[in-house]
Amino acid sequence: MTSHTQPSLLVEGADVLGDGAQDVLVADGRIVAVGAEASAQAPAGTQRLSADGLVLLPGFVDLHTHLREPGREDAETVETGSQAAAAGGFTAVLAMANTDPVTDTAEVAERVLDLGRRAGYVDVHPVGAVTKGLAGEELAELGLMARSRARVRVFSDDGRCVHDARLMRRALEYVRAFDGVVSQHSQDPRLADGRACCHEGELSGRLGLPGWPAVAEETIVARDVMLARHTGSRVHVAHVSTAGSVEVLRWARAQGIDVTAEVTPHHLMLTQERLVGYDPTFKVNPPLRPTEDAEALREALADGTIDAVATDHAPHVRQDKEHAFVDAAFGMLGLETALGVVSTLMVREGRMSWSDVARVMSQAPARIARLTTRGTGCSRATPRPSPWSTRTAWSRWTRPGPGPCRATTPGTGFS
Amino acid sequence: MKHLLSIADLTREEIVSILDTAVSMHEVQDRDVKKLPTLRGRTIINFFFEDSTRTRASFEIAGKWMSADTINLTGKGTSISKGESLRDTVLTIDAMGVDMMIVRHPASGAPAQIADWVDCSIVNAGDGTHEHPSQALLDAYTLRRALGDLDGRHVAIVGDLTHSRVLRSNLLSLRALGAAVTLVAPPTLMPAGVASWAGVDGFETSYDLDEVLPRVDAVMMLRVQRERMSGGYFPTAREYAVTYGLTPRRLALLPDHAVITHPGPMNRGLEISAEAADAARSLVLDQVSAGVAVRMSILYHLLAGEGSTQ
Amino acid sequence: MTPAQNTAGPGREVLNSDDIDRALRRIAHEILEANKGPEHLVLLGIPTRGAHLARRLADALERVEGTEVPVGSLDVTMYRDDLRSQPTRAVEPTVVPPGGVDDKVVVLVDDVLYSGRTVRAALDALSDLGRPRAVRLAVLVDRGHRELPVRADYVGKNLPTSTAERVMVRLAEHDGEGTEGVRIAGPAEVAP
Repeated sequence: MTSHTQPSLLVEGADVLGDGAQDVLVADGRIVAVGAEASAQAPAGTQRLSADGLVLLPGFVDLHTHLREPGREDAETVETGSQAAAAGGFTAVLAMANTDPVTDTAEVAERVLDLGRRAGYVDVHPVGAVTKGLAGEELAELGLMARSRARVRVFSDDGRCVHDARLMRRALEYVRAFDGVVSQHSQDPRLADGRACCHEGELSGRLGLPGWPAVAEETIVARDVMLARHTGSRVHVAHVSTAGSVEVLRWARAQGIDVTAEVTPHHLMLTQERLVGYDPTFKVNPPLRPTEDAEALREALADGTIDAVATDHAPHVRQDKEHAFVDAAFGMLGLETALGVVSTLMVREGRMSWSDVARVMSQAPARIARLTTRGTGCSRATPRPSPWSTRTAWSRWTRPGPGPCRATTPGTGFS
Repeated sequence: MKHLLSIADLTREEIVSILDTAVSMHEVQDRDVKKLPTLRGRTIINFFFEDSTRTRASFEIAGKWMSADTINLTGKGTSISKGESLRDTVLTIDAMGVDMMIVRHPASGAPAQIADWVDCSIVNAGDGTHEHPSQALLDAYTLRRALGDLDGRHVAIVGDLTHSRVLRSNLLSLRALGAAVTLVAPPTLMPAGVASWAGVDGFETSYDLDEVLPRVDAVMMLRVQRERMSGGYFPTAREYAVTYGLTPRRLALLPDHAVITHPGPMNRGLEISAEAADAARSLVLDQVSAGVAVRMSILYHLLAGEGSTQ
Repeated sequence: MTPAQNTAGPGREVLNSDDIDRALRRIAHEILEANKGPEHLVLLGIPTRGAHLARRLADALERVEGTEVPVGSLDVTMYRDDLRSQPTRAVEPTVVPPGGVDDKVVVLVDDVLYSGRTVRAALDALSDLGRPRAVRLAVLVDRGHRELPVRADYVGKNLPTSTAERVMVRLAEHDGEGTEGVRIAGPAEVAP
C-alpha cells in the first residue's frame, strides 16, 4: 500500500454485485480488501459508511454522452454534464464529437479532455469525429487524435451517419492501426432524412409525422457488419433501436464478426405511444419504437447480443425543444436516470443480475472504448453509494433558469 | 368544446350540431346585413405560420360576420429566426388576452402543442400532414346538402393521401357520420399503416379507381403536388392522370346521382380534368361557399357557450 | 267534447289544449281588428314553440279572413345576451317568408313572455333582416317579472307567478299528442 493522500473508506455491509453483503475497504480510490479482511485491515481514522441494503457496483462508463461544450455551453457544459454523470453513478463518459467546433482534431480533443479534468467529477474521454466537420466527405485526423494526450479510440459522426460505404470502409481500416473503433449512427439519410422523427408505421401515418422507418437503421447495420467482416475491423453500433437490427447483430456475432452495440435507456423503457401528444420531450433520434422493438432490445441486452447501455444524454436549452414537434431538437437526458431504468426494467423484472448491470454499464463499455481505467470519479462529488436512488439527484444537477431541458422528470417521463 | 384540434375529438352528435348550425349560418350569407352580434367583444387571432389565402379569408369573414375582432398574424419563419421558441411566440400573443387563435402550421401537431401551452381556444386550421378539421366539416356539410344524410353513403377519397391533412380529417368525419369510405391512391401515396389506424375503421383501400367509381355516391379528389414526382412517388404527371385522375372517361363511370368534391386548389389535367371540375355534379364552388358558414358554426360552438370565457 | 284532462307532468294545469285554441282564435281576431284586416301582416314565431304557435295563428287568421298570412320563424340564439352563462345552445332555423319583412307589420309570436330578453334579441335579429313598418308581439302566456321595457300587444293568458315557479308550455306538434297544455310548477315540483 502506498501512502494515503485521503483517508481510507470502509463500506460496511454493501451487497457487492448482488452476491451478498460484505465489507469493502477503499484506499487511494482503489478497493484493497473485501469481506472479513476489509475491516481487519482498516487503518485508524478510516471513514466508515454504512451501506446496509445497498448494492455496490463499479463506476459506470457511458459510451455516448453529449456534453455540448465547446459551442453550446448554454445547454450543458463539461462541468454540469460531468456532475450529472457523477450523480448517475458514472465515473467515465465519452463525449460525442458533434460540438462546435467539432472534435475532429487533436487540439479540440485535448481541450475536451482538459475541461473534464478541470471539472474533476468524472473522466471525460473525447470521441473523435470520423469525418472532417461531420460532413461525411473526408476523414478527420483520426491518427493524430489517437496519438494526442486524449488517446482517442472511439470515432463517431454521431447525429449523422457515415453514409458513404467507401468512406466507412476506409475509416474502419484506418483505425485498426491503433485499435480504434467506429461508432456508427445507423441512419440511411435517403430512407430517413433530417425531418424523419416518428417511427414509420401506423402512428406516423395517423399523426402525419415524417416517418423514420426501421429499415433505414437496419440496412446500415447490415452493411457495416459486412464491412467489418471484410476489413476485419471493429464496428460499434450506436443506439440500436429495432428488432431487425438485433437480428442482424445476432447473426453477425454467430459469424464471429467483431461488432459491438449499445442501447439507450429510453429505447429500452419508452415506446412510440409517447408521441401521441406531440410532446417534443420524446423526440429522440432514432425515434422511440413500438413495444415489440423495445422488448427485443431488452432481450438482446440480457442475452449479450447488445453489449452495453449508453445514455445518448442530449441536453438542450428550452427554446430549442419548445417548438413544433418536427422543428424541435432531438434528444433526451439520460445520465441521471440510466441506472434507474436498468435496475427497474432489467433487474427488478428478473431479466438481469446486478453483475450483469456491472457488465453492461461498466466492463463492456470500458472494453469497447479501450479505456485503461474506468475512472476515479466522484472525487469532488458527494459519494452516493445508493445505486438506484438517482431520482434524488434529479434536480441537483439541473442548471438554473433556462438551462438544459430536463427532458424526463421523475414521475412523468418514466411513469 | 374548447378547442378544435382533430375530428377525432368530436362525437357524432357534436359534428351533427356543427353541421346543423351551419345551415342557419349559411342563410346569413344571403342577407343584406351580413352580421350577427354573437361574438361581440371577442378577439380572434388568425395565426398563420404557412400561407393559405383561402382558409384564412374564410375564417376571417366568419369571425367578422359574427362581430368578433379578427386580427391576422403571419408567423412564417419568424420565431426560429429570432431564436424564440414557438411556445414563447404563442404565449406572447395569448398574454394579450385573446379569446381564440386559429392556427395554420406546416408542422403536424403544432396546434395541439399550442393548446397545451395557452389559455385561449385553439382551432386547427390545418397542421402539416395531420388534420384540417374545418375543411372536413365543410366537406361533410356540402355532401349532406347534396346527398342528404350520409349514413350508409359511400365516398371515395382519391389522391396524395400520404401528405394530405384533408384525408385524415375527412376519413374521421365521414366514418363518424356513418358513410363508407374507400381510399384510392398508388401504394406510394397511401399513408403508412393506414389499414390499422387506431380510432377509425370500416373503410377500405384500393389501387383501382375504375373499379371503385361505379359504387360511390361521392368522389373526393385531393390535390397531387407535382413536386412529389422527384420523391419517386409516381413516375410522371401523365401516368398519374391516366391511372388516378378523374378523366372524362371516368366521369362516365360514376352513378348519375354521384357528386364530385375537391378541397382546392385544383391541378386541372392532373388529378382532375376540366370536364370533371366544371361538371354540373361538381360541388367545388359549393364547398367554398359553405366554408364561411361552417366556420361561423365552429366559432359559435367554441366561443359562444358557457365556459368559453377566459 | 272536453278532451281528457292532461294530468301528466308536475304542477298544476292552467291552460288545456282547448284553452290554447280559444286564446289563439281570440288573438287572431284582435290582430285583424288592430291591423284593420290581414294586409301587410307577417307572422314570425320564435323557435321552437313560438314557431308552432305562429303557424297555428296563421291558420286561425286564414279561417277568419280566408286569405293566407305569410308565416316564418325567427331564431334569436345568435342575438341572446346570456349565451356565455349557458352550455352551447342549438340553433334553430330562421325562415323569412318570400315577401320579406320590409314595410310589413311583423307579429312576433312566442310561448311565454318573462324577462323580455328574448324579445329584445328578436327585435335585434329582425332589424338585421329588414325594416318592418311595425312590430307587434303576441304571446300565449305573460308571466310577468320583466327586466326590460317590453310589453305584449296580444296575450293569451296573464299568469301571475313567482320567480321560483316554472311555466311549462307543451304543444302537440313538438311534445307529442296528449301532452298539450300549460302547467305551472313550484320549485319543489320541478325536477332539477
